[in-house]
Amino acid sequence: MFTSKAKVSLALIAIAATFAGCSNMGGNAELDNLTASIVKASFRDEGIVKASVLDTDETNRACAAADVAGKPIDEALGRALEAQNLKSIKWPSNGVFLGDWKEGEKIAQNGRGLTWTDDAKTVNGGNCYNCHQIDNKEISFGTIGPSLYNYGKIRGVTDPKSPDAKLMVEYTWGRIWNSKAYNACSNMPRAGHMGILSEQQVRDLVALLLDPQSPVNQ
Amino acid sequence: MKSKTCVSLLLIFGFSAGVFAQKSAVQSIEEYRAMLQDGNPSDLFEAKGEDLWKQKRGPKKVSLEQCDLGKGPGVVKGVFTELPRFFADTNRVQDLESRLLTCMETLQGLSAADIAKTPFGKGEQNNLTALATWISAESKGMKFNLSQAHPQERTFFEVGKRLFFQRGGPHDFSCATCHGQDEKRIRLQDLPNLTKNPGDGVGFAAWPAYRVSNGQMWGMQQRLNDCYRQQRFPYPGFGSDATIALAVYLGVNSQGSASVAPAIKR
Repeated sequence: MFTSKAKVSLALIAIAATFAGCSNMGGNAELDNLTASIVKASFRDEGIVKASVLDTDETNRACAAADVAGKPIDEALGRALEAQNLKSIKWPSNGVFLGDWKEGEKIAQNGRGLTWTDDAKTVNGGNCYNCHQIDNKEISFGTIGPSLYNYGKIRGVTDPKSPDAKLMVEYTWGRIWNSKAYNACSNMPRAGHMGILSEQQVRDLVALLLDPQSPVNQ
Repeated sequence: MKSKTCVSLLLIFGFSAGVFAQKSAVQSIEEYRAMLQDGNPSDLFEAKGEDLWKQKRGPKKVSLEQCDLGKGPGVVKGVFTELPRFFADTNRVQDLESRLLTCMETLQGLSAADIAKTPFGKGEQNNLTALATWISAESKGMKFNLSQAHPQERTFFEVGKRLFFQRGGPHDFSCATCHGQDEKRIRLQDLPNLTKNPGDGVGFAAWPAYRVSNGQMWGMQQRLNDCYRQQRFPYPGFGSDATIALAVYLGVNSQGSASVAPAIKR
């Protein structure tokens, strides 16, 4: 720990020396490297959360870099990352996309799991209501994501098992499994891809959104 | 106070479904918050903090009255709205809490490393929070004006910005996921946009704060720590450079906004 601290201090001095006398801040690569070494020295394992969860993938790195630059991600890069994420989607192993909307509602309500105060036995929730309106009877919903009330109805899905609905059913599965397949820098977690939710939990959420019996589509 | 809380909770949950009810619920929460302003228990922590500042403590049995928080030894008024800043003696950018640790070690002989390792809400951490509460109160109503004159201060702003947008963990969250847009909410909780100046008494300008929901007084270090917890990030060390760089980014963005600390939160 002391070694890493000393390294950061040395890096800081080097950076400070680089910028001394400069009124304009340049050296983005140096700042990126310094940030990485500060992250390494600052964060540690706690409970079930390992510091290594910050060793993230190309999608997150590219989107964060675009955010820092204050620009949308380069179009071609964004499309390439979307294709990469799309390819990684695991489709339902038994071919069944729709589960139980009642279970889906519970998963949508549940925001638990994967923090350092949770334990390994905690069943992960979907955190859906934190950002989306879903069943309109739930008034405590967030607004970071779009409203999903009447999700299936608006999209004309009357029978999710019909061939007409196939594309929308698959899209809904894919969007929950890996939202970055459709929007590289989406704010939405990749629930299936990152192992937050199980296949059955994703099935139940697809049902919540697309089952004509679900309160979402009333 | 207790009965008021019950009444407002009834107001919050007493409405039925629909858009109308939703507006009413939000209004009720506003009323609840307004009622909270009647009495802020942070007064108690302020009094404790002021006492701790003047008390001869630690192995050296010395008070903190010669502590230099940025405006010279012993000056308390106005320091809070200029922190974090660069300190020549430690050759580091420090926030209020990490600077207090330096003083507790150099003046009083307490171990900064031991206090930094102590969990929030325990032992010397409680004293540190009380000190930060009192010191912030001494700058109440003053406008944030962080220095960006020293190269390390500018470097920390740039690092803090990168930390703010850093995406990671199982949920790919960054600070910006929740705090990067105007007028968004998590559930019913309004989220300030911290990529720019969120205004007087919002975001960086509202901590330390007393949290009614858990009856705890939190400094900025604990606020950032709990954000990272909810982000599913690993544990940021107390007073670590990551937390200080992030505070520089938030503090510089709040330039000109008035501090309401110590605030009261739901």
